[in-house]
Amino acid sequence: METGLEITSDYSCLRPFGCEQNLLSRPDGSASFFQGDTTVLAAVYGPADVKVSKEIFDKATVEVILKPKVGLSGVAEKAKEQMIKNTCESVILTALHPRTSITVVLQVIHDAGSLLSCCLNASFVAMMDAGLAMKSSFCGLTCVIGTDGNIVLDPTAKQEKESRAVLIFGIESTAKKVLLLTTKGSCSVEELQRCLAICQKASEKIFQFYRDSLRRKFSKS
Amino acid sequence: MATGFKTAEPLEYYRTFLKDNCRPDGRELGECRTTTLNIGSITTADGSALVKLGNTTVVCGIKGEFAVPPLDSPNTGYIVPNVDLSPLCSARFRPGPPGEQAQAASQFIAEVIENSQVIQKEDLSIENGKLSWVLYCDIMCLDYDGNILDACTIALLAALTNVLLPEVCISEETGLAEVNLRVKKPLNIVKHPVATSFAIIDDTIIIVDPTGEEENLATGMLTIVTDEDNRLCTVHKSGGSPLSGEKQQDCISRAMTRHKEVRKMLDEMNKSVKTKNG
Repeated sequence: METGLEITSDYSCLRPFGCEQNLLSRPDGSASFFQGDTTVLAAVYGPADVKVSKEIFDKATVEVILKPKVGLSGVAEKAKEQMIKNTCESVILTALHPRTSITVVLQVIHDAGSLLSCCLNASFVAMMDAGLAMKSSFCGLTCVIGTDGNIVLDPTAKQEKESRAVLIFGIESTAKKVLLLTTKGSCSVEELQRCLAICQKASEKIFQFYRDSLRRKFSKS
Repeated sequence: MATGFKTAEPLEYYRTFLKDNCRPDGRELGECRTTTLNIGSITTADGSALVKLGNTTVVCGIKGEFAVPPLDSPNTGYIVPNVDLSPLCSARFRPGPPGEQAQAASQFIAEVIENSQVIQKEDLSIENGKLSWVLYCDIMCLDYDGNILDACTIALLAALTNVLLPEVCISEETGLAEVNLRVKKPLNIVKHPVATSFAIIDDTIIIVDPTGEEENLATGMLTIVTDEDNRLCTVHKSGGSPLSGEKQQDCISRAMTRHKEVRKMLDEMNKSVKTKNG
């Protein structure tokens, strides 16, 4: 089990995070990613057979299934699935595998805040474990703006509930540009820029963690 | 010959227009389609609006019903939006349960209502803990030609300004609700959120208000919802090409300009409705 480094600097500190790779035997790639108490298990199948109705002649079809901890998938899960799918699709080199399907299945083990960003990180590590060719790495980060204007990175469920706005970023590694951006609650333009700058800086920690964990995985064997 | 080229190489065909900084329908990159608005067309609904954004046609009908307020906030009501994308509007949608795009659109509209606080849920309460209004907002697309989220937000906002709910009081003797259909009051609209959608073509060029064909060619989509205080209610970028901070800022400024245009149109419409009735 690899644990990430905790950075301590004012308001921009992430909860202790880590991942475990290749824990399931059937999928092509699998990973479990935790951020604080939030844990998501991801499994990737692909490139594999695709239904004729869903096949795209020149690219792979990416599908994401998100299963909540309790109950059946609803409209909220569908919306999250679409966001994760679009993010993965823009990073995976789908043109290498035409007329195939790449399926990412996510299971929420525990939700203690920052769920969507944990799902993004888990799916990335699982895709790396499956050996899928990608343009760049990406990570998910959540930050909240409190009622007093304070910005907190990687919030817990309690901090999310008490905040004025929740911003979720999906950032890619080559130029730290934004792949995914979704906000909840109202914020001003300056606050958005500040949150973006903080998340771009913090994303470097997660990218370094991906590199270290991959290095450790292959140095053992 | 042009139609043959357009069918065989749609992206190349589109790029020839982009080179001259315009689009096949004659618009500039930052120009929106003509927006027309019609309210109160559905007499059986408590409030309704029909919006046409170029060819994209969306109708929103709002019905108010009674419900028991939620236990954790007994002085509030509910607003339940639902976006319906049926095979009627486009061949890409199949009959049956709501598809992915319809569900994502419904979730988006619910978030816009929640984030912008367009109406205070406390205004929907009739009797604390016992009875409150639930507003079912059904948004149906009649013609799909791209930019469905903008059209749905405008339709919802216009329909909410049009809603007239009858006065309700709980009689002390029977404990039942008594509805007075002769006295009707409009809703108190606090904020006016307006959505502006952008499509990213070839990872570099950003166009406003994409049509259906442009959406198919796009490598990324971005939707920004602003309100009158120039605050961002919702920013939604779902994957696609990475976007730099400066481009994002340009989009936000364009969204704020668009907000003023739509707000002006809504105010003119409200004035014309008042002069008709009063």
